[in-house]
Amino acid sequence: MAEKIRLEIVTPRGAVVSEDVDIVTAPGTAGEFGVLANHAPMLSTIKIGVLTYKKDGNEHTMMVSGGFCEVANNTITFLVENAEFGHQIDVDRALLAKERAEKRLAAAQQQQEKIDRARAEAALQRALARLRAAQREQH
Amino acid sequence: MPSLKDVQRKISGVKKTSQITKAMNMVASAKLRGAQERMQTFRPYKAKFNEAMASVAGHLAGGGFPLMEVRPAQTVEIIVITADRGLCGSFNANIIARAENEAKALEAEGKKVRFVGVGKKGARYFKKTGKLRQAYEDIMGTFQMFNAREIAQDSARAFLDGEIDECRLVYGQFVSVVTQKPTVERLLPIAGVEEGDGEETGPGGDFIYEPGPEEIMDVLLPLYLNVMVYHAMLEVSASEHAARMTAMDNATNACKDMIHDLTLLYNKARQAGITAELMDIVGGAEALKG
Repeated sequence: MAEKIRLEIVTPRGAVVSEDVDIVTAPGTAGEFGVLANHAPMLSTIKIGVLTYKKDGNEHTMMVSGGFCEVANNTITFLVENAEFGHQIDVDRALLAKERAEKRLAAAQQQQEKIDRARAEAALQRALARLRAAQREQH
Repeated sequence: MPSLKDVQRKISGVKKTSQITKAMNMVASAKLRGAQERMQTFRPYKAKFNEAMASVAGHLAGGGFPLMEVRPAQTVEIIVITADRGLCGSFNANIIARAENEAKALEAEGKKVRFVGVGKKGARYFKKTGKLRQAYEDIMGTFQMFNAREIAQDSARAFLDGEIDECRLVYGQFVSVVTQKPTVERLLPIAGVEEGDGEETGPGGDFIYEPGPEEIMDVLLPLYLNVMVYHAMLEVSASEHAARMTAMDNATNACKDMIHDLTLLYNKARQAGITAELMDIVGGAEALKG
C-alpha cells in the first residue's frame, strides 16, 4: 500500500474530516491541485469549489468555501468557512439557491451595484459547487 | 398588619415567579453548555489561522496592505456586540457603558464616532443616540460564520472607502461562568497577528506559497476580520447565558428569602387571629359565669 497523507478539514464549527488518505485534490485560487504523501510544505488559498480525496480506493467529494490550506509534516490542513460532504447536500435547496443567485446577479448587473454583484456571484459559486459535489458523489 | 388572604396571595405569586426564574436558570445553563462547546470547536480553527497568518506575515517585508494602513483617525466605528435578550443581570448594560465610555473618550479628542449594533439590546440603545449605522438584531441565538462575515466585510469596505479610519469591537468576554468582562479590541486597521501559542511551525519553514505571500495575505486579511468578529460573537453568546444563569440563580434565592419572610408574617398574623378569637371566647365565658 502506498504511503498516506493526513487530511484535516477544520471549519469554525469544528473538525469535519481527520483521516489518512491517499490523495487530495483541492480547488486552489491559482488552479486545481493534487497533493500526495510527503508533499513539500505549502500554503495555498482555496476558492469555492469541490474537494475530493481518495481513501482505500473510495472517492469522497466535498464542497468547500473560501479559506486556505497548509501542507506540512505530511499533513494537509484545510481551514475553510464551510465544508459539506456531497451526500449531505440538499440538491433541491442548492438548485433554488442557484436560481435566486442568478436572478440577483442579473438585477445587480443592471443597476451596476458592485457590492450586490459580488455577493450574488459568491452565492452562485457556492450553489454551483454544491451541485457539482452532489453530482459527483452519486456516480 | 396585612390580612391573611393578602399574604397568602403574595406568597403564591412569589412562588410562581421563583418557578419561572428557576426554569430560566436551567435553560440558560443548558444553552451555556452549547455555547461553550461552540467556542471550543472554534478554538482549533482560530489557533491554526493565527499560526498561518504569522507564518505568512513572517515572510513579508513591511505592510502595504490597505486593511493594515494606519491613518490619523477622524471617524471611528464601534461595533457593539450585546445579547438579544435581557434578564441577564447587568451584562448588556456593562457592555453598553463600556462602548459609551470609549465613544466619549474619542469624541473628547475631536473624533467622530458611529456605531454598529449587533444584538438587539445594544442596537436599540444606540439607535436612540442617532449615531447607529447598522443594526443586526435577533441573530445572537443562531448566528453562523456568514453573519460574522457580513458584519466584518461591511466595516472593512467602509474602511477601504475611507469612510472610517478605525474600527473597534466592544463585546463581553467570557472569562468564567461567574465573570464576564466588557472588552475593547481594535479590528481595523489590522495590527500584527499575535503569535500562535509559542509553538513554532516545526521543521521545513520554507513554504511554497501559492499564489505568492502577498496574494495569500490579501485573502487572509478579510478572513481574519471574520474570525475576529465571529470569535467575539461566540464570547458574547457564552457570556450572555452565563450572566443569565447567575442572575436567575440570584432571583431564585431572593424569591426563597421572600417566601420565608412572608410565611413568617403569615403565621404571625394567623396566630394573632387565633389569640384574639380565644380572648373573645374566654371573655364571653367569664361574662356568662359572672
